[in-house]
Amino acid sequence: MNPNEAPRTRVRLRYSKAGRIRFTSHRDVARIWERSLRRTGLPVAQTEGFSPRAKLHFGLALATGYESDAEYLDVDFKRADIAVTDVLDALLSVLPDGIAATGAAVLAPGAMSLQQAVTSCDWDIELLGVTADDLARWVDRVCGATTLMVTRERKGRQITDDMAPQVRALEVGEPTSRGVRLLATLGTQPRAARPSELLAAFEPGYRPVLVRRTRQWIEQDGARLEPLEVGAAPAQRTMVGVQ
Amino acid sequence: MSELVLPLYFPKGRLVLMSLWPELELVLPEVSKPARYIGGEGGMAKPEHHPSKVSWLLAYPDTYEIGLPNQGLQILYEILNERDDAVAERAYAPWVDMEAEMRAAGLPLFSVDTHRRAADFDVLAFNLSAELVYTNVLNCIDLAGAPVRADLRGDGDLLIGAGGHCTYNPEPLADFVDFFVLGDGEEAVSEINTVVLDWKRAGKKSRQRVLRELAAVEGVYVPSLYDVVYDGPELVSITPRFADVPAVVEKRTVADLAAWPYPKHQLVPLTEVVHDRLNVEVFRGCTRGCRFCQAGMITRPVRERPAEQVRTMVADGLARSGYDEVALTSLSTADFSGIEEVVAATMDCGAGEVSVSLPSLRVDAFTVGLAAQIQRARRTGLTFAPEAGSWRMRRVINKLIDERDLYGAVESAFSQGWRRMKLYFLTGLPTETDVDTLAIGELARNCVELGKAHTKNPSVTVSLGGFVPKPFTPFQWFGQNTVAELQRKVFLLRDDIKRNRGVQMKWHDPKASLAEGIASRGDRRIGRVIEEVWRQGGTFQEWSEHFDYDRWTQAMDRHGLSVDWYVYRHRTEDEVLPWDHLSAGLHKDFLWQDWRDALNEVGLEDCRWTPCYDCGACTGYSIEHIVASAVPPAGGSQGTGQVPTDFLPPAAVAVRLSGVGTGT
Repeated sequence: MNPNEAPRTRVRLRYSKAGRIRFTSHRDVARIWERSLRRTGLPVAQTEGFSPRAKLHFGLALATGYESDAEYLDVDFKRADIAVTDVLDALLSVLPDGIAATGAAVLAPGAMSLQQAVTSCDWDIELLGVTADDLARWVDRVCGATTLMVTRERKGRQITDDMAPQVRALEVGEPTSRGVRLLATLGTQPRAARPSELLAAFEPGYRPVLVRRTRQWIEQDGARLEPLEVGAAPAQRTMVGVQ
Repeated sequence: MSELVLPLYFPKGRLVLMSLWPELELVLPEVSKPARYIGGEGGMAKPEHHPSKVSWLLAYPDTYEIGLPNQGLQILYEILNERDDAVAERAYAPWVDMEAEMRAAGLPLFSVDTHRRAADFDVLAFNLSAELVYTNVLNCIDLAGAPVRADLRGDGDLLIGAGGHCTYNPEPLADFVDFFVLGDGEEAVSEINTVVLDWKRAGKKSRQRVLRELAAVEGVYVPSLYDVVYDGPELVSITPRFADVPAVVEKRTVADLAAWPYPKHQLVPLTEVVHDRLNVEVFRGCTRGCRFCQAGMITRPVRERPAEQVRTMVADGLARSGYDEVALTSLSTADFSGIEEVVAATMDCGAGEVSVSLPSLRVDAFTVGLAAQIQRARRTGLTFAPEAGSWRMRRVINKLIDERDLYGAVESAFSQGWRRMKLYFLTGLPTETDVDTLAIGELARNCVELGKAHTKNPSVTVSLGGFVPKPFTPFQWFGQNTVAELQRKVFLLRDDIKRNRGVQMKWHDPKASLAEGIASRGDRRIGRVIEEVWRQGGTFQEWSEHFDYDRWTQAMDRHGLSVDWYVYRHRTEDEVLPWDHLSAGLHKDFLWQDWRDALNEVGLEDCRWTPCYDCGACTGYSIEHIVASAVPPAGGSQGTGQVPTDFLPPAAVAVRLSGVGTGT
């Protein structure tokens, strides 16, 4: 960063995405944030050049159609005296139905980006047309497998990965009104494992009716931290809404 | 988490969920771009249905991302929802993958606002902006669960209406649509609502009765109330079957745009759409008199919005939407009186973070002063529309811009750092020769040469469209070029341009121009062709990957209709045209005289700053131009071809342009 520039504050926001807006894409959500932040009138820092844009740094993409309680976004403000409570208050009336800011923290300088820092995510996966017993047997088989080979297509080429190391936890959850739930914790480094890949990894293979990301985790010095807790400086004063 | 779904009524003792959302959300993971179907836009109405309200489903018969920004639909949506006795929601044509899922799951056309079944509305009203969407109209009616043919629909079925520019020749859709609205809809929609409400209150007893009453609303055309007589291929007459049905339906014109500051809450979509920005209409109508341009003929006279109201709409719209771009829209925005001041005010209100784009800008009104106002350089596409390559050809079409007008505009753009721009041309114009076609290449090469003084690799893209004659224009009598002739001209120009590395060329498929031509000036018999193309699966015909030329020509053959008769032949002065029983205010003899003037290469100046030619658009309706400035904007030839010697912008003048395009 240019040392002559005005002081900046980087604020990490946590937000949820649920309801019909879950069918918007990651890019759509980025545009929604740009417009919403402009509507707040908050002093968001802009990129330089002929096509200035708000300085927003998004975390892991959420697949179109998935819901989430735990999405994160880092926003640069062009002032040092930004209070996270003011940011959250200003966002209350401008975000569309289905997206809500649920927490914020000022980041310490030099904090790792979300994409680099997040190491795993918790997922709540709703399945239809399968019994809890069948799902429990499927979970046992997946947990007992030494390898979970998954083939995906990338740029027209078939790539096969072993996702067994990425499955950190797996269990059957409480049933929903219409189906059963699978709870999973999947690793995100070096590449974020997807719930759809997990479900396809072992016969018979399931298709989810609803997938919800419930937490993102950063593993640091043997501890699992919520992304708002990382690098916040000083935590007590600048963090709002940490669960 | 699904949305809360409230049971709203209980017909026949059965719980009916008004929202299809629980079923739709099972289907949406299977389709591309599911956000097309979710609604939830900023500015969305909160529709409250009630038996004492007429419920409208306003449909745009193309994809969500094309249809959502449509200002006409948004204006009517707001006006209806402001009324106590109306409620309006919106629908868009489902893309082919979604349609397949819907048909497989037995799901009908639905609103995106509350995901309500189309059949639960009283009126399904389409915006018709282009002819190639006609098969989508049929598909939407079918998906709504109503018979596509109007004569097969009963009292309980939806009323099907349509508005928009294509309704100036509604005959190809006459068998499928119950009523058309000609012209501005702001006032007519409320009058129609009142008629439909009375019918609804009386229990929707007689469809015939409501259609008769609709026909009495000024600007409303009910095709089933007219007899059509043919003599072989010739159309003899279209006459009303009842004395109280008008022999000629006149268009509606809003006299003063200031009374209609809509949309007040422009919809801000959750997913990307075309024209994804704040759009503020600065005036309606255009009297530049380009003879190929239907919009400029049918929307007369010029009605400017007061500059102060424009400023208010911009400021409010930006604050409400969060957009960082605003387009000042019209058919020729640089002609707006005091445009420089309005653009300056817009820049001020955006505090340096909002860019202004002027989507329709004549090169002869593209002044240094105007360009200098557009300070925020977000270098989006830059398009100029000379329309024709030679000065002779431009006299024929009455686009009286001098070459120096174009070069001045292009020079300004290159000098301000643009490296590429687009030039829009038509081919297949009346009296066009290969000299005219090749002149397009010459203009493009000269533009590239101008650019070389400023940048290493200047690039000019020629975009070439095949001309399709439109109703209520002086060229309505002109025989459209054949597919082979358009193709020949396209290749002639392509081969000529190929030698210059700085010039690229794109062109519109001449075969699609033929299909457009069939629908543009077709009569009621063309409905069979549209229905057949639709029944064969021909939806989204304006999308090149779905357009199927053979379906159109084979359907013409099968119904004994001649492409030559409908599209290629020149029409005669005494011929009955399929839209003669409709009026855009323009006198037919004015149009005919303008057609003869075109052939004689005689230009006609803009009547907003010169004496009246009595085209009929003002005098017929006792309205006038509303133009704040008594003189044309400074600079350029201003439709005379006479360029003032001091016009050309010196390269040293510091101007920055942004997102400027020109249109017709």
